[in-house]
Amino acid sequence: MTHISVTVDGTTYEDEVEPRLLLVHYLRDRLGLTGTPIGCDTSNCGACTVELDGASVKSCTVLAVQADGCEVTTVQGLARDGEWTALQRAFHERHALQCGYCTPGMIMAARDLLRENPHPTPDEVRKGLEGNLCRCTGYQNIVRAVLAVAEGETAPADQAASAQEVTA
Amino acid sequence: MTDQAVEREVGRARLRKEDARLITGQTNWTDNISVTGLLHLAILRSPMAHARIERIDVSPALERPGVVAAFSGRDLAEGLGSLPCAWPVTEDMVLPDHPPLALEEVRHAGDPVAVVVARDRYAAADALEAIEIDYEPLPPVLDLEDALAEDAPLVHADKGTNRAYVWPLATGEDFEAVRQRADVVLKRRYRQQRLIPNAMEPRAVVVTPLAASGEYTVYSATQIPHILRIMLSTVTGVPEHKLRVIAPDVGGGFGSKLQVYGEEAVALEVARRLGRPVKWTESRSEGYLATHHGRGMIQDIEIAATREGRLLGLKVDLLADMGAYLMLVTPGIPILGAFMYPAIYKMDSYEFSCTGVFTTRTPTDAYRGAGRPEATYAIERAMDELAAEVGLDPVEVRRRNWIRHEEFPYTSIAGLTYDSGNYEAATEKALALFGYDDLRAEQRKRNERGDPVRLGIGVSTYTEMCGLAPSRVLRDLRYAAGGWEAASIRMLPTGKVEVVTGTSPHGQGHVTCWSQIAADVLGVPFEDVEVVHGDTKVAPQGMDTYGSRSLVVGGSAVHRAAEKVVEKARKVAAHLLEADEGDLGFKNGVFSVKGSPEARKSIQEVAFETFTSHDVPDGMEPTLNADHVLDPENFSYPHGTHLCAVEVDTETGQTRIRSYVCVDDVGRVINPMIVEGQVHGGLAQGIAQALYEEAVYDTEGNLVSGTMADYLVPSAADLPDFVTDRTETPAANPLGVKGVGEAGTIASTPAVVNAVVDALRPLGVHDVRMPCTPERVWEAVRAAQPEQSSEASRKEASA
Repeated sequence: MTHISVTVDGTTYEDEVEPRLLLVHYLRDRLGLTGTPIGCDTSNCGACTVELDGASVKSCTVLAVQADGCEVTTVQGLARDGEWTALQRAFHERHALQCGYCTPGMIMAARDLLRENPHPTPDEVRKGLEGNLCRCTGYQNIVRAVLAVAEGETAPADQAASAQEVTA
Repeated sequence: MTDQAVEREVGRARLRKEDARLITGQTNWTDNISVTGLLHLAILRSPMAHARIERIDVSPALERPGVVAAFSGRDLAEGLGSLPCAWPVTEDMVLPDHPPLALEEVRHAGDPVAVVVARDRYAAADALEAIEIDYEPLPPVLDLEDALAEDAPLVHADKGTNRAYVWPLATGEDFEAVRQRADVVLKRRYRQQRLIPNAMEPRAVVVTPLAASGEYTVYSATQIPHILRIMLSTVTGVPEHKLRVIAPDVGGGFGSKLQVYGEEAVALEVARRLGRPVKWTESRSEGYLATHHGRGMIQDIEIAATREGRLLGLKVDLLADMGAYLMLVTPGIPILGAFMYPAIYKMDSYEFSCTGVFTTRTPTDAYRGAGRPEATYAIERAMDELAAEVGLDPVEVRRRNWIRHEEFPYTSIAGLTYDSGNYEAATEKALALFGYDDLRAEQRKRNERGDPVRLGIGVSTYTEMCGLAPSRVLRDLRYAAGGWEAASIRMLPTGKVEVVTGTSPHGQGHVTCWSQIAADVLGVPFEDVEVVHGDTKVAPQGMDTYGSRSLVVGGSAVHRAAEKVVEKARKVAAHLLEADEGDLGFKNGVFSVKGSPEARKSIQEVAFETFTSHDVPDGMEPTLNADHVLDPENFSYPHGTHLCAVEVDTETGQTRIRSYVCVDDVGRVINPMIVEGQVHGGLAQGIAQALYEEAVYDTEGNLVSGTMADYLVPSAADLPDFVTDRTETPAANPLGVKGVGEAGTIASTPAVVNAVVDALRPLGVHDVRMPCTPERVWEAVRAAQPEQSSEASRKEASA
């Protein structure tokens, strides 16, 4: 067992873990932060994407011990006082999710993408999200949602609640 | 309801009620569920395609840390029956035993043989390697034609054959006679590769027992909680009323969770034996072996036509890969396709035969479209071949054969009555959006100059049968259950509404759409409606979600139940307003007396008055509730025209989709945003079959494409933007709706492959086997080289 100290979504946890424990299992099984799901065992699908010290990682390819002393942000840590981030709003408004299983990873990957390239072209969005698989949407609305955030097109937070309708 | 003409919700692009939890991580996937004392299961699987289990000893696993129990198939056999097949398509179908854990033989790589129960998932997985097992290898059975040879090794030796069934259909004139008088007879063989459905959420099951009362709650990542409850009861002997099945948040299915899986039965049995809650979650690679596959057919199609390109007859012979066992609806999948080969075309003769074949591979079963994509692919590919043969444009050859809009309702040669449609309108709209004539002109120019990157244009004018299904039709097809759907509406005392549905959504947006439907009928705000689903205790009746049935059958049931609530509310309102029911209007949720509009009662007021029951008509029950179970009268028949333009690099074999346009007719639309999303996702999966995906086995029967790193689920970078549009011919059902979940997948595969072949046809290529990978395209070009070089030399000569 190895002692680790990890800050997840603003809360610091001290734990003894097996060295082989995957970060995603630490988040899900030990901390009960089940907002980050697991979609594969080969690091292809990206469903488990989180931020580790500000950069997106697939939490199935990181050991919990590697996160010792780090800050982890998951999809559960994005909203502040119940107010969604622009990407969360855009995913909702552009119908960028269906079953929603890939959505946490997709949103975390899109955050990273926009940090590195705040004004991507549609092609750059597609290539930038290549490591995150979605089986429901065909990606088109995910691309739309990311571009909408890049172009500042999402409704401000105070309007989002009432913006119940979109016109295609 | 004629007096309630104002529609406020149906047709609006309402944002989804489902989203808030999903985008903030407040989800309830089965694998998220944890209860006190939970034990974890891990399953040992066969590494071989076919072998006899000579010896198995699970006891060494018990020595491993954290292990609580371990069981072989034989250990659990007493409590577990054979897994069910609900669709014996013929009277003499061969139905092998399918034990949830193998007993004597393993019959595909991944066939489960033992289960370990441990205190955490790592300990369970670790202990699998301690199980001692000796296999005596048996010959794999992989090739569908070889499997039917007299001396072929058998998947199920006790059955004496690898032939599961032969299912024939012949309608209209005798095909031989039609072939005699045809100018053109074309025979083609197409191969439907096996596909792995790849719902993003792997399967998982949690069982919590209440030992004292013999009750069990089964949480499963399933599309079919209601069917699962019945079937688990028959497999395990736990009485149905002691089983509660919950489908919590379910992360996609695409048919792969329309199943009764061995792991679900094993988890229930282990929980029963140990009296402890248990969980099993599959890994993705495990799922590739253990979750059923789709497609897997050899299609021989023969069309007879006149030299003007008019179809006279169609003959189809299928070999369908069942895999090692017949699972829930395995045998019926190709039969759903049987009715779709004639598609939108008129003809005089149709002959169909399907032979189901056992192989030592993962069982096949429903995958998005289930039989109809295969049928549509074969006929739409063959129509392009006919067009090429008679020298017509592929759109024109379809136009000469399709059912004209004034001919609806039309009974197809396969016996389906297409209630509505307008193929002309959808095609015209699609051609215009696509810029068909301009693309053809560009293609001609590029072909003339011998451009190494060829432009190809593919068309697919599909229809499909969905909205499963009229129960009597299912009876005639020998399916073991009905096709109805149930809905209950509960108008609460405060005027809020609960809709209980028997459908079981896993991404489709039923909560939003059923809210829209109920809000309109009841005249209440969209926000005031809650939809309850996926739990046999709170939504006790249902036939679940598959086959693009949920809106057509389940949404219609919601609509009718809501109408019943209004009918009852009208009686109460008439009583309260001291008016005749016939004098009451109902609009936007308010009853008013005709001629004296100040005499009004809102439906919310009526709900409260009914709740107090202080002053309701004599004999009236004090609730504004209604149930409706709806058995559809017909399937629904969405249709549309899909057009795809591809750039095919003849030097590298690389195919790039340049544009994709589809115009779909899914009848009346409840929520256009959700419909568009369904089409996008369907297109992605259909295109994936055309270009990317294949479950590949080696000659020993090992799944070579056994991980997500080896099986190409397309990413955003692999797919284009789609242009989608609609035409609308209302279906002949109460809501006028048609299914949409599978249409995109059904239509798109042939559109893409037709485009690839169209690009290469001037080079002498007539077919490219799916998936049209760069290697296969390049090889097809190379194989056609003689014609290519002669064309090149002609060009040189003319230059």
